[in-house]
Amino acid sequence: MNPAISVQNVDMVFPAPGGAITALQDVSFDIAEAEFVSLIGPSGCGKSTALRLIADIHQPTGGSVTVAGQSPGQSRIQHLVNLMFQEPVLLPWLNIYQNVSLSIEITKAKDHRDPAELLSFVGLKGREKDYPGQLSGGMQQRVALARALATNPRILLMDEPFAALDEFTRDRMGNWLLSIWERSRKTVVFVTHSIPEALYLSDRVLIMDANPGRIRADVRVELPRPRDESMREEISFFEQLKAIRSQMPKSLYVEEELNGG
Amino acid sequence: MSEANKLYRRLVPYLPAGVVFVGAILLWEGFVRGFDIQQFLLPAPSVIGATFGENFDRLLHIGWFTTKEALGGFAIGCSLGILVALATARWTAASETLMPFAIAANSVPIIAFAPILNNWFGIDNPLSKMAIVAVIVFFPMMINTVRGLTLVDPSAVELMRSYAASEFEILLKLRLPNSLPYMFNAFKVAAALSMIGAVVSEYFGGNRSALGVFITQEAAQFRFAEAWAAIIIACVVGVTFYMVILLVERLLIPWHASVRQAER
Repeated sequence: MNPAISVQNVDMVFPAPGGAITALQDVSFDIAEAEFVSLIGPSGCGKSTALRLIADIHQPTGGSVTVAGQSPGQSRIQHLVNLMFQEPVLLPWLNIYQNVSLSIEITKAKDHRDPAELLSFVGLKGREKDYPGQLSGGMQQRVALARALATNPRILLMDEPFAALDEFTRDRMGNWLLSIWERSRKTVVFVTHSIPEALYLSDRVLIMDANPGRIRADVRVELPRPRDESMREEISFFEQLKAIRSQMPKSLYVEEELNGG
Repeated sequence: MSEANKLYRRLVPYLPAGVVFVGAILLWEGFVRGFDIQQFLLPAPSVIGATFGENFDRLLHIGWFTTKEALGGFAIGCSLGILVALATARWTAASETLMPFAIAANSVPIIAFAPILNNWFGIDNPLSKMAIVAVIVFFPMMINTVRGLTLVDPSAVELMRSYAASEFEILLKLRLPNSLPYMFNAFKVAAALSMIGAVVSEYFGGNRSALGVFITQEAAQFRFAEAWAAIIIACVVGVTFYMVILLVERLLIPWHASVRQAER
């Protein structure tokens, strides 16, 4: 079977006043259909850039990106991909029902899903007429997920979607995202700073290095599914956590060592 | 009982302002009477009130004349400001070139051009006053609208692009709603400026039935109570204009944070 996303030898160079910035250098990875993959690495390793290349917000300066067997541009026009950011990015002048239907309205997606059904799916039944300002951060982010699912995309790109939330809400959102993913089985690319979060959610974790951004390691997560909260306490979870941590760039820990010494 | 209670609760926050207002009027009255202040220096509120009542029809007539000038100028200036903002926001290069000029022009005392515009359009022609008002309100209107159209959450633009939305759809669904709070701020500034602009440009001459002309003529004849009565009309019109815009803002953009905060 063809991979859902294929990134081959991609370079991404941004022009900048003080000389060009190489965000990505010779990055290659494949993501299979219905696979949940996390991108993890230090700030400035280009993980968000990689996501934006798949979403066709940026075009690579070298190499090729294929989404669902075609160019990212074609996939964007066919609305096969949907994006979710660190901030919910809801429009404050629309109520949450209208916010969810906005993506359907603009994309004119034919096989879209019912916004009311999606809102009850994300646990916000009865709040349809509320405005984003009346909801908590976690609730707003759930609206953003409902909106991302509304056009029934094949691929979901999530750029640190829970990073702005407190740790308890973040864990809860993770559990809840997993339960939704179990039911819908979309291809997910999940960018995060948190190793436990990446491990808990993913089938695979791609570890990246900064300056220039490149793939450092590709780790398959050996944890059974479906997973629930108790998984976070398992010995196997800690072992995998240790394995991933050992693969992280040493530069991330240098400061700690200096402080310790 | 509960209806009256509700009304009472709604009025309570305005009580201090009301007390200060009435107190200031009483103080003024007492000051004028107690120190035996001359009429031409400062008429007592009771005298101004009596004059106001005697000349009510005439004052209403001249007040409406000037209000029409202010409204006309407001409409012309705001429409042009919004249109130019839409045009410049569409072409980033144009807005980047024009904005510094607009911001500089905004700090020019445009009222100083009043005699020249009186000459261009004819001193008795209300259009000369409307032109001044229009120029005065144009710049804050344009600057604020451009800000509202361009200061959009970059992530929201990315989101729209990921939906393959056209630039026109982004303008309609994102930039225009985003600019509404900015536009209402400009409307509020413009409302105050338009009444000031109309009255002050009338000081340089104009139709006999205009507020500014009336105030200067009455003052020149030492009929200060009449001048004060006309000033009250100008104040009432200015405040009413501002309140109407506040009301429209509440109806049109109830989601706006500053409105919601005011309601709490």
